[in-house]
Amino acid sequence: MGEVLRHAWAIARKDLLLEYRSRTAFVSAAVFTALVLTVFEFGRDPTAVPTIDLAPSILWVTFTFAAMLALNRAFQLELENQALDGLLVSPVSRTSIYWAKLCANCVFVGVVEGVGLPLFVLFFDVPVGPVLAPLVAIIALATVGFVAVGTLFSAMVIRTRFAELMLPVLLLPFMIPPLIGAVQVTARLLAGRPLSEVTGWLRLLAAFDIVFLTLATMLFPTTVNE
Amino acid sequence: MTLAQRGRWVTLASLVLLAAVYVRALAFTPQELSQGLAQKIFYVHVPAAWSAMLAMGLVGLASILFLIMKDYRFDRFAAASAEVGTAFSLVMLTTGPIWAKPIWGTWWTWDARLTLTLFLFFLFVGYQLLRGAVTEQSLRARYSAVLGICGLVLLPFIHLSVYLFRTLHPMPIVLKPSAPSLPGVMLVTLLFSFGVFTLLYVGFVMQAYALANARDAAGGGGGSDA
Repeated sequence: MGEVLRHAWAIARKDLLLEYRSRTAFVSAAVFTALVLTVFEFGRDPTAVPTIDLAPSILWVTFTFAAMLALNRAFQLELENQALDGLLVSPVSRTSIYWAKLCANCVFVGVVEGVGLPLFVLFFDVPVGPVLAPLVAIIALATVGFVAVGTLFSAMVIRTRFAELMLPVLLLPFMIPPLIGAVQVTARLLAGRPLSEVTGWLRLLAAFDIVFLTLATMLFPTTVNE
Repeated sequence: MTLAQRGRWVTLASLVLLAAVYVRALAFTPQELSQGLAQKIFYVHVPAAWSAMLAMGLVGLASILFLIMKDYRFDRFAAASAEVGTAFSLVMLTTGPIWAKPIWGTWWTWDARLTLTLFLFFLFVGYQLLRGAVTEQSLRARYSAVLGICGLVLLPFIHLSVYLFRTLHPMPIVLKPSAPSLPGVMLVTLLFSFGVFTLLYVGFVMQAYALANARDAAGGGGGSDA
């Protein structure tokens, strides 16, 4: 187990280092997030709908799209110079590769969300200060769920035609349960309700994460084995 | 007799029986008191939904068996079942709103079971798009098996999350802990229709499976070569 994690960390570190050095993907994803937020601003009538009613949806639709964009590039990187084949022949277990990609994707999406959240607060003037800690926890909980399935699927779609289109079509249905849960919990939090009101949703989010992390870890080897 | 021919006979027989279902439902089954004629669609809608669910269940099961045994017959069966399932979910999704408009006063509502079946349809479509986008046979089989299994695991989550969200759909009247609350005559019509739709599923799958066999025997990637 220690070995698996050590290898996973080495690969994740490589991915993040590449991301950090080039920054193209990160900057595009962050700008994309900001743009989606502005699209929402102009796609509604601020005099008719109070921002607070719309805020959870705005936040989560933005995060969904940003995550999708980030996941599309997860394995794209490995296609150049057949880097994926190199990774597969190296003495690293498939589980390590999956966890490495998962970890790198979570960090990547997390950083983009880290840019998106303050912009969301700024643009829509939503008072998140008092509920910041639980809100961040919910974002993390839902993001892990998205990314667990997304990492598995992005490993498959890179070798299909129309990969950029295929990922959203396959992945969006899988984003629905965490999305519904996250929107519900965010709405309650922003309305100042206690977390004890949403334990059902929290359990659902946690169950989704556990089930799909396990399933994806089990299924990932079949998507890359030759 | 080849499999395709047998499939054609089974389909033909079930189409004749389907006509009998219509006759029995319209002429020999009493009208429901509060819903009137609109309720008759129930004898088509519910069995179609059953066949679609059966198709998804078998896609998942065949996917698991494929990954364990690496036998391409399971892959072809899953593909056939998904294709037929798409057709049945379309029947379910078109008959549902026709009933819902006079009874609920709206064509569509985001109730738990409606959402579930809509995503069942999306999963079927995504499954077939994925198959069409991968040209290599072994890759296609493994990818679609992964999606089939994930899809089967996803459906309970969608159901649960929308159920927590809101529900409006009629409560179960046949498969429930207590005895069915449907009058005997109606129950017989419904069960008859269930049988016919199952037979229809079998007939369609036999033909689709035979077609997949022929396609693989011809050596091509089949529909995915287009």
